[in-house]
Amino acid sequence: MTDVLDPPIIEEPSGHEEHLEEHLGPTGIVKWITTTDHKVIGLSYTVTAVIMMVIGGVFAEIIRAQLTSPNNTLVSLAQYNELFTMHGSTMIYLFIGPFAFGGLANIIVPIQIGAPDMAFPRLNALSYWLYLMGSITMLSGFFVAGGAANFGWVGYAPLSNSINSPGAGADLWIAGLLLTGFSAIFTGVNLVATIFYLRAPGMTMFRMPIFTWNMLVTAILILLAFPVLTAGLIMLYCDRHFGTHIYSVAGGGVPVLWQHVFWFWGHPEVYIIALPFFGVVTEILAVFSKKPVFGYKGMVFATMTIGALSLGVWAHHMFTTGVVLLPFFSIMSLLIAVPTGIKFFNWIGTMWRGEVWLSTAMLMSIGFLITFLLGGLTGIYLASPPLDFFTHDTYFVVAHFHSIVMALMLGAMAGLYYWGPKFTGYLLNEKYGKIQFWFLFIGTQVFTLPQYLLGLRGMPRRIGVYPLHPSWQYLNQISTVGAVLVGISTVVFIANVAVSWKKYPAGDNPWDGHTLEWFTTSPPPHHNFYRLPQIRSERPTWDYNHPGHRAAEHGHGHDADSHEEVPAP
Amino acid sequence: MEPPALSPQGVSDRTRRWRRVRRIAALPIAALALAGCKVPTFGAAPGATTSSQSVYHLWQGFSIGAVIVGGFTLILILWSAMAYRRKGEGIPKQSQYHIPLEMTYTIVPVLIVLGLFAATLVVENKEVALPKTDVTINVNAFQWGWKFTYPGHDVVVVGQTTQDPEMVMPVNENVHINLTSSDVIHGFYVHAFNFSRYALPGVLNQFTLRAVNTGTYNGQCTQLCGLYHSLMVFRVKVVSQSDYTAWLSSQANAANASAAEKATNQQTSSITPTKPAKSKGGY
Repeated sequence: MTDVLDPPIIEEPSGHEEHLEEHLGPTGIVKWITTTDHKVIGLSYTVTAVIMMVIGGVFAEIIRAQLTSPNNTLVSLAQYNELFTMHGSTMIYLFIGPFAFGGLANIIVPIQIGAPDMAFPRLNALSYWLYLMGSITMLSGFFVAGGAANFGWVGYAPLSNSINSPGAGADLWIAGLLLTGFSAIFTGVNLVATIFYLRAPGMTMFRMPIFTWNMLVTAILILLAFPVLTAGLIMLYCDRHFGTHIYSVAGGGVPVLWQHVFWFWGHPEVYIIALPFFGVVTEILAVFSKKPVFGYKGMVFATMTIGALSLGVWAHHMFTTGVVLLPFFSIMSLLIAVPTGIKFFNWIGTMWRGEVWLSTAMLMSIGFLITFLLGGLTGIYLASPPLDFFTHDTYFVVAHFHSIVMALMLGAMAGLYYWGPKFTGYLLNEKYGKIQFWFLFIGTQVFTLPQYLLGLRGMPRRIGVYPLHPSWQYLNQISTVGAVLVGISTVVFIANVAVSWKKYPAGDNPWDGHTLEWFTTSPPPHHNFYRLPQIRSERPTWDYNHPGHRAAEHGHGHDADSHEEVPAP
Repeated sequence: MEPPALSPQGVSDRTRRWRRVRRIAALPIAALALAGCKVPTFGAAPGATTSSQSVYHLWQGFSIGAVIVGGFTLILILWSAMAYRRKGEGIPKQSQYHIPLEMTYTIVPVLIVLGLFAATLVVENKEVALPKTDVTINVNAFQWGWKFTYPGHDVVVVGQTTQDPEMVMPVNENVHINLTSSDVIHGFYVHAFNFSRYALPGVLNQFTLRAVNTGTYNGQCTQLCGLYHSLMVFRVKVVSQSDYTAWLSSQANAANASAAEKATNQQTSSITPTKPAKSKGGY
């Protein structure tokens, strides 16, 4: 056990680093606009994404308010269509994805692998500005004649063509989505290059933290999926404005092609937004249980399997079209349950016989597990075509994917409480954090569970008024109460940020973290590290701080890598 | 690694523990078997067609699996979060791999998934089958209403939004549905049939409904189709065979009568052009 006690590698003298910052950087807003520092860009991404979350959340609250009575006139049917379209679009395109790969990954991945920055810092800056402009473009639809896009966040052809959706809002939606799509592609390129080429000495692939692994698979999925969406959107734009007939029956086109193209992006997208948060909670569960990730390698293979399978399941969104091969897409979709199940048991194994510290980040992560379990199990039903025929486009599906995305929301909050202190230098208030957790967690269940029942009782999605039907109204009202609780949790979060503003200095390693980001200062210096420890496992910081407590061989578990780590003398 | 401790009977502790686990796991399964026909509904209903009843049973099967697997996992999550709360600054054993355990929770889900898939295939093949039948109804969806045509009988039922057009079909008979759309994508969904299918422009979607109960059931468009999507409702009225025949002929007579009336009206209006409003409607 002498290797971890070796003197740390000195990478750069600290004086030199400060010197650089003093003389080269502009300050204030000019610094922000011209920066190529992945931490500043990542923070801009995070803040922008959280603003988008608040905007999307306001849409959600209006939607839920409209549904409290059957024939409510709070908003018109036209406005209602715009609201749910922009709610979905904002949350999926502008919040959760960019928050994950533009925000958290951008800040954390380079530090976790001991890199000074992303591989292409200027491309990284371009990604952020494309994302910001795309977001503004999409949301500006509300200020044009005819209003924002109103064909649902999936924009099914031919409803999205120029005859059925003539307004400029639809074009702004397409343009905004193209811009944010390119931003995602560039971030994907950047992450793959960074992870492959900028790892510190000793950081082999199988010593990368799980979050970095998950971001690698996510980035590869982005590169495979997003260009397809981009192509689809350009074809849609051509149909709308240049007289092509790619999606129009009248000109010999095929409307269902849009669904294929959209879901060929859309299903990998589900994992593009989910895998980062699988990574977040994996890290948090390990750190707050004071144990290594249980079944680390199995976890990595499970992530790769999910990534691979996710490319072959898109048509499970199209079972009811009657034009796809049902058994193939059914078994592929069902099989995703296997690697996901492996992850669940690895998460449980990580906590098992640990020293579990129920901090806010840990509570959010456990909330993620429970909520994702519910969303995952109901997803298995939907992989079965007969059960999909039964529940497709009803509130059952709405409830299913809201269980999933609200789990991701819990994961996002877990990530902010866990890594926020690293990139801001200050901790958030734990008491407010726990209040936020209970509002968010209970609110999520209160708003999704009645929706499962609504779906089983036949309420279709995307309807602004509904027929008088026993029980639909009160179930909707319970769901609205849950949505209000979730809204309150967001207010508590914002209050927490205000209350904790520069109040509780975090120190370098407030959680006894395992990975390299906890080895450097909070916030990290310009190029992240003044020094690095020896990297001999996926927990270099832990190994450095607890030299007597390396991960143990156990049972028949035989880790080939760790052989070479045992010092000979 | 020390060998597993042996109890006096020569059975290892681990084996005994497994036996106990198996005995506990057998309980709910036995309870379900005893309950027999009283399997809970899990929020669904058998519905009014043969397919809907198969779907309902599939739903119950999936739900039993989900409750067992989900309950087991949930208990493990809550247990590990509660039971191992930190007591001090101690560092627990840094265990990371347990290959037999990891193999178990890889193989068991694969088997469960294959079981679910097999059950899915059985129901699915029954549901998408297209047996030969004499009763055909052409369903055409449009913004924002439904048109039900009975080929060979000169009967057309059409209605928009709040007019709730009614599709009449016979009970205990395979009814072949040809589903199309005139404009955007719509969803033909009848809750009591536990079934939905898209109406796609340019595509003929075919399926068979075989109702087992008479009654009137609500249907609604489930795929967003524009402004009045929320109001695109219809009804399905399942009637006895004789009522169905009677209804068809009465509709055909009514259609003939109204055609005749229309012709008369046209004649009338051409004679008396002083009623522009009516002639406008007549054309």
